[in-house]
Amino acid sequence: MTLLITVFAALAATAIWYCSEPARRLRIGFLSLMFWGASLMWLVDAVFEYAELHEKFFTPAAPDMLNDAYLGVSVVALGLVIWLVTVLVKDPNGVVKAALFGKKANL
Amino acid sequence: MACFIVPALEAAAVTVLKKIIEKKEAKAVQVPTPSNGAELAVEKIPFSRKLGWLTNLLWGGSALLAFEHVWHGEVVPWFPFLTAVQEGPEAVSDMLGEMATAGVTMAVLVTVVWFGLVVVSSVFEKRVRHAAEAAK
Repeated sequence: MTLLITVFAALAATAIWYCSEPARRLRIGFLSLMFWGASLMWLVDAVFEYAELHEKFFTPAAPDMLNDAYLGVSVVALGLVIWLVTVLVKDPNGVVKAALFGKKANL
Repeated sequence: MACFIVPALEAAAVTVLKKIIEKKEAKAVQVPTPSNGAELAVEKIPFSRKLGWLTNLLWGGSALLAFEHVWHGEVVPWFPFLTAVQEGPEAVSDMLGEMATAGVTMAVLVTVVWFGLVVVSSVFEKRVRHAAEAAK
């Protein structure tokens, strides 16, 4: 479930990166690569788990699935927070500088 | 248990390599030679930028996986940080085994995917260069 949620987050971030120039300026590519990196790593985890559990891997218990979904959503939230902090620190449009020093942003 | 440490170590090594290559590329751009002048340099994606994709994949993935380990209580915010170390030699042996199998596979898979990205971007670069040459 965590893998699935992260893959969907990676797909959404990549689609936005492809379609939107303003989003590319806001480093959405970084967010997309972060989610793809985590997805690939969880894919390896899933393969190792499948090798151990075989068909039981596809029929997890409901509480485990709920916990994994909760983890997946938390991971996406953490990824978004990391991305937002990076955007605010790098400030590609000069919005933070404009707000702090009263200058005009490059929007 | 601690499989994210292997890609995180690779990420640290690649970040250092990227910084070194960035410095070399900055020097190379300052003195353009007539044969590989400014026009070609603009069309070619710097290798340090391509390494940046790998560092983003590795650091991002490791950070999110580290969070998962905290979630499952395998990593704690106090010394020695890994609960396997507190549990004894057998747990440490399991942890090292997982790092050697799952951790190394993660690092290799991410690197292979990145290599695929580099190959695809090189194909695009060649196409752009051929199109520019044909237009001349």
